[in-house]
Amino acid sequence: MNYKRPKADVVVVGLGWAGSLIAEELTRAGLNVVAIEQGPWHDTHTNYTPTLSADELRYGRRREMLRPPSKETVTYRNNSSQTARPIRDWSYWVQGYNVGGAGTHWAVNSWRFTPADFTMATRVKERYPNEKLADGLIVQDWGVTYDDLEVHYDRFEKIAGISGEAGVINGKKTGKGNPFEGSRTNEYPTPPLVRSRWNDIFHKTTTEMGYHPFPIPAGTIGAPYKNPLGIELAPCTYCGFCGFYGCGNFSKSSPNICVLPALMDRRNMTLLTECTVTKIEKSKDGKTATGVTFIDSNGDTGFQPADIVCVTAFQLDNVRLLLLSELGKPYDHARQEGVVGRGYNFQTMNYAWLYFEDEALNPFISTGALATRIDNFNGDNFDHTGLGFLGGAGIQSLSDQATPLSMTDRLPEGTKKWGSEWKHAFKHSYQNYAKIQGQGTSYSHVDAYLSLDPTYKDEYGLPLIRQTFDYNENDRRMARYIHERVKEICAKTGAKSWKTKAYPDSHNSPYTPYDSGHTIGGAAMGLDPNTSVVNRYQQHWDAHNVFVMGASSYPNNAGYNPTETLAALTLWTAHHIINDYIKNPGSLVR
Amino acid sequence: MKKTLTLVGVLIVAALVIYIAAIQYDLHKSYPESQQNLTGDALKAQVARGKYLATASDCVACHTAPKGGKPFAGGYPIDTPFGTILSSNITSDKSTGIGSWTQEQFDRAVRHGKGSHGYLYPAMPYNAYARLTDQDLADIWAYMKTVPAVQNKVVENQLPFPYNQRWLLGGWNLLFFHASTFTPQAGKSAAYNRGAYLVEGPGHCAACHTAKNALGGDSSATLQGGNLSGWHAPDLTPNPHTGLGNWTTADIAQYLKTGAGHNSVATGPMAEAVHNSTQFLTDSDLNAIATYLKAQPASDHQAPAALTASNAQMQLGKRVYNSQCSACHISSGEGVNRMIPGFVKNAQVNANSPASLVHMVLTGADGVKTASNPTGAGMPRFDWKLSDQQIAGVLTYIRNRWGNAAPAVTSDEVAKARKALKADSWLGAKMKQ
Repeated sequence: MNYKRPKADVVVVGLGWAGSLIAEELTRAGLNVVAIEQGPWHDTHTNYTPTLSADELRYGRRREMLRPPSKETVTYRNNSSQTARPIRDWSYWVQGYNVGGAGTHWAVNSWRFTPADFTMATRVKERYPNEKLADGLIVQDWGVTYDDLEVHYDRFEKIAGISGEAGVINGKKTGKGNPFEGSRTNEYPTPPLVRSRWNDIFHKTTTEMGYHPFPIPAGTIGAPYKNPLGIELAPCTYCGFCGFYGCGNFSKSSPNICVLPALMDRRNMTLLTECTVTKIEKSKDGKTATGVTFIDSNGDTGFQPADIVCVTAFQLDNVRLLLLSELGKPYDHARQEGVVGRGYNFQTMNYAWLYFEDEALNPFISTGALATRIDNFNGDNFDHTGLGFLGGAGIQSLSDQATPLSMTDRLPEGTKKWGSEWKHAFKHSYQNYAKIQGQGTSYSHVDAYLSLDPTYKDEYGLPLIRQTFDYNENDRRMARYIHERVKEICAKTGAKSWKTKAYPDSHNSPYTPYDSGHTIGGAAMGLDPNTSVVNRYQQHWDAHNVFVMGASSYPNNAGYNPTETLAALTLWTAHHIINDYIKNPGSLVR
Repeated sequence: MKKTLTLVGVLIVAALVIYIAAIQYDLHKSYPESQQNLTGDALKAQVARGKYLATASDCVACHTAPKGGKPFAGGYPIDTPFGTILSSNITSDKSTGIGSWTQEQFDRAVRHGKGSHGYLYPAMPYNAYARLTDQDLADIWAYMKTVPAVQNKVVENQLPFPYNQRWLLGGWNLLFFHASTFTPQAGKSAAYNRGAYLVEGPGHCAACHTAKNALGGDSSATLQGGNLSGWHAPDLTPNPHTGLGNWTTADIAQYLKTGAGHNSVATGPMAEAVHNSTQFLTDSDLNAIATYLKAQPASDHQAPAALTASNAQMQLGKRVYNSQCSACHISSGEGVNRMIPGFVKNAQVNANSPASLVHMVLTGADGVKTASNPTGAGMPRFDWKLSDQQIAGVLTYIRNRWGNAAPAVTSDEVAKARKALKADSWLGAKMKQ
């Protein structure tokens, strides 16, 4: 059966962080919003009660909060000469499958990117005019700057109750926090988390090495807090069940806790759950969208007409929906033309796994974002002259592993993984294991892209998204440089043994343990319609009433987790829809 | 002997005749309308006043069926110790609602407890609404006439014999019902008198907060706490141990406005009252209610000697508290302001009856959501997770810790509540078998 719903001012596709934030802004501005979400309704009090939420078997192993690969998946290959195959088991892609999206189960590392991350093309010209970059690397400005986004970063941090310690306020270094960060107008809304024992060791080691350690900003609340929407948040209990889990204590920033309780009571807000949007419909002249088509939980096909379409699904889903809707020119790898799917990037990881001898690291006291970090080697915080690469990594001591099952293989090399020897070793390593993470930048490359798979289809017969990705030469050079820094730190921590790995030394694979879940780009924002899908307001170049929001907009990834930046970009776009677009619909550029 | 029996028989018959005559007289009494019907802007203003008063009276709470019932269309089940009563349809529908009523009929029902089938059951708080002034009654009626008609036939009387005999309520009224409209008390402030009117009249606070006698009438311990439907509505007098002694008037007003205040968060029936009614009252009316409550004589509930830490139940309770409760309610028992109740000198925790505490732990509860505090945090259910003994232990512990003192909770009490509330059984019991 086909049916048509009453027209809305705005239809929002996907109700994660981006969708919730844009819906909150636009309904508050008086617009009539209909949000369409693929997953079911989840709320904190009902779905993640503290008596049930910390269940590692259910959520950590069986990944109950994630979209199952049997529902929809990605096909994957390293390069265009290979045939992509569908990912059929849990991989590093952790897509949400409920109202709140991935914003419900994220591990809450909540970062601002550095000012340089938004303007690397300009920066390279000015600072490194003679450097030769790796062949095929795509370096382009976002069109939006850190200064444009500061007020929106600030607003998101207040909505989410982010805990942390400012390093730079109004251009002045505070002597605490991260001295390399972009200037902030305000301190964090809640105080930083208390350091773990491992954070203490790392803090001492890196201070002695002359670096600048600081507590990372986190969406785990540092103190009781009331956000600007009137919602109360409770202080984090350091239970450590963050990534893959919903927080039943109202302590972890999520759309479900921080936005939806206020949003859902508004009369001009409508939510359709368990409905999958399959296409953005275009007007006859093809210059605007008329609404979206979706398939509901009965299998019926609905059409939601709207004046404005906000595409706010997960990054991979955003790109796929644009390709399925034939909105924008798809990237043609052979000709290196077209934009949709181009500019794909990721995250470049380094790790060290360390084993102490007589420590009591008490890993059961942790959060998804309990880390002390140095940014001395992140982004463009250090001089790259003569290094042959762009970017870098934040190097941090992450105490995020309270979950016991996930630690059962954290044993020194050569230890047996069964029987009494394993039991004995695990008992020892439980209190003595620590990890260092080098979370690195990623730049797009002409050979890395997203496209529709020619063979594999979803349950509705629509092609799956195909990912073609491997690390590029810039990634390898950068990762090796960071690898050396990580090894230097390991040697000074007092650990008995350690193992390190720079991920770009191997081919990328979606099954690599401990790899990042940060899949980025494919619908890049920018200043030139020949190299970007959306303009600096995340407005589609070819259809002015379509706004695409999410990490799909990033032409490059910073050495940080992407969520807070996509939230700030969403609020930036909301500001321009409300203040400029509604009054004068049309392109916001020119 | 035979003569005596005959005499007794004659007397009983005579009493019955008199009783029936009195009831017939009572049921046919007329209540002339004292207000003129208004038109135009004056009517609009009257309807707005009526809506506010209907909200203050929380009509919608009981006259709307749970889970998606249309407002005022009735069907809400009220569980009384005598059985279940369904609320009536009071929309303007002519066949199944009150759309064909006159103001006099409305007055008969609201202030005099007499409906179209005879006497109303006092689950409808007409004994409180009797305090409504003529003007306010007329205003509410003006509003009710604007409530959209919903056709919904409700068979209100679901009670077993003999409680299904409405005529018996004439006698109940004789004993417990004193119809008299509110008159301000001379020598008291305007805030006090307004508060008294709201508490005694539309707010019908005593319906839950005053203990009932065996026949369901109000006891003389006015507003000193009462039990119903497995909840304990706490003492509202300024008793520092079990009542509002440690609450400021601002605390009380904030609680009624937001659903959270002092160290408490509204749950259960009070969450409904805050959600549907008190959050919409003006700050001045909320302050008046608080002023009146703070001016009441304190109940004479005394704090017993607290149990000591060496008590076996206290030791068990401490272990359960630390493992199950402390993450949210904080190891110091302080809770989180406006969100998670604190236990330190908490009046509900110190109440003689642990009914609400047992209820909360067994079935959990939704937190109240209000416009000014939309969070909606809630309490998870522990019926499946904790044994009767563990629940009794942890409640005994919080009732005798952090300056609290209250009688121990027994496993038996928990077991009875588990059954009465149809809570799940403890999973551990199955494992033991």
